[in-house]
Amino acid sequence: MRPIEVVTQLLELAAALAAAPLFLGWINQCRAWLQNRSAPSIWLPYRGIAKLFHKDAVIAVRASALFRLAPYIVFGAMVLAAGIIPSMGTRLPFTRIADAIALVGLLATARVFMSLAAMDVGTAFGTLGARREMMVGFLAEPALLMIIFVASLISATTALPAITEHLATQTLGLYPSLAFTAVAFTMVLLAENARIPIDNPATHLELTMIHEALLLEYSARHLALMEWAAALKLFNYACIGFALFIPWGVSTGQEAPLALLASIPVLAAKLIVAGGALALIETVSAKLRVFRAPEFLATAFLFAVLGLLVHLLLGA
Amino acid sequence: MNGAPLTLQLLNFCAALLLLLSFAMLSQRRIVNLVNLLAVQGSVLLLATLLLAARTGQHHLYLSAALTLGLKVILLPWLLHRLIRRLGVYWDAEPLLNISGTMLVGVLTVVFAFGLAQPISQLASTATRNAIGIAVAVVLLSFLMMITRRKAMSQVVGFLSMENGLFFGAMSATYGMPMVVEFGVALDVLVAVLVLGIFFFQIREQFDSLDLHHLESLREEAGHGGRS
Repeated sequence: MRPIEVVTQLLELAAALAAAPLFLGWINQCRAWLQNRSAPSIWLPYRGIAKLFHKDAVIAVRASALFRLAPYIVFGAMVLAAGIIPSMGTRLPFTRIADAIALVGLLATARVFMSLAAMDVGTAFGTLGARREMMVGFLAEPALLMIIFVASLISATTALPAITEHLATQTLGLYPSLAFTAVAFTMVLLAENARIPIDNPATHLELTMIHEALLLEYSARHLALMEWAAALKLFNYACIGFALFIPWGVSTGQEAPLALLASIPVLAAKLIVAGGALALIETVSAKLRVFRAPEFLATAFLFAVLGLLVHLLLGA
Repeated sequence: MNGAPLTLQLLNFCAALLLLLSFAMLSQRRIVNLVNLLAVQGSVLLLATLLLAARTGQHHLYLSAALTLGLKVILLPWLLHRLIRRLGVYWDAEPLLNISGTMLVGVLTVVFAFGLAQPISQLASTATRNAIGIAVAVVLLSFLMMITRRKAMSQVVGFLSMENGLFFGAMSATYGMPMVVEFGVALDVLVAVLVLGIFFFQIREQFDSLDLHHLESLREEAGHGGRS
């Protein structure tokens, strides 16, 4: 393990922790601009999290230890996931323990604990949210796996850094299969992060919410961790997207620290563009009925399968 | 795929795009969007034809590209839009199979088409032979769309998209059909749309709807007519 690898790893983790709420704030700001509202401060998610950390936690009387532990588990899973995804450099010490499939499993673990905690207190809305979350998850996961398989087929490995390295260093080519999977990935990202066609992140109307319903019983530091974890999840998904579809600018190989430094503005630029695009998608689309969610995710799965088929036929 | 010339990569990309558009059509409920998708499909076809013409240097392909532009990108969508406006049909009824089911059948169709095209593409000597499978898939998917839709309008769109698929298949297998055949097919398609447009008005006058399952009751009425 070379020192530069450790530095890359630490830098990535720090960047993920720091930039995730900022990314969320940026998306919210873009959305406000697009909807002709006066935009909230880009620092608002930080202030929200900081405020929540200073409050006293209120916990339901019947809550078990699971309820109290879940925020830490979810947050931990998301931080670990951030460590596995090559957002700045591909030589990461952490990635030797987990490939892309394990990453999907890690994200699923977070979801399971979140849903269990929501059911733990026994309120109706928590249970409702948990069920919906599991439904979305079980439809989105195969699509995500299929997307990863397409990229794995192209680069002949399931390790995410190796995929990124392969895609970033080869000669530039058009990959119809990757274009298909990019569309599929965008759909999965929207569904998994409770963005608009599936869930409205700004809603507090109980009957339609999914993600908010899961957090309804949480307060103070637990809520802060959960919200931070949600921001991290969005950041992680964005970084998976960058790693698979726009891998250029990531420092690969054994280069000097210079490449690592250069990858910071590249990542920032990618995040800014992605945040704007995400806000645009959310502004132009309407929220689907919950019963339409399977259709939406089936389409995502279909796109991923099409990508696979096109790759097998055209070899591209 | 790497190292292949850019035009070939772009051609393959067009092929993939055609497949994507077929699926988009399969999932689309609004007839206006369906016609727009058909126009987009025509544009992609046009782009593919131009790319192939530039790559192979076959001049008749430019001619057929012009034909595609005039007929499939401009004239037919315009005619269909006019028909939609005059008939006032904007939505198709719920298809016979729900959308997710249709999509799954569509994926199986694509697998079948790719298998079907494998021996053909081994025989072909063109650079675009891999795309034959996609052309067959587009044809079969359009066929599937015609089967699952009820409104006459969507069936016509399915028919036209099937013709697009055939055209693309001919292009990728043998660099296009002879010019005479192409003109003949173009004329056929044009006339078909015009005639079907007249049919639409007749169907609507008879049944107050463009739903084709009303046509199934024709048989019994004809029987009554014969007896009386």
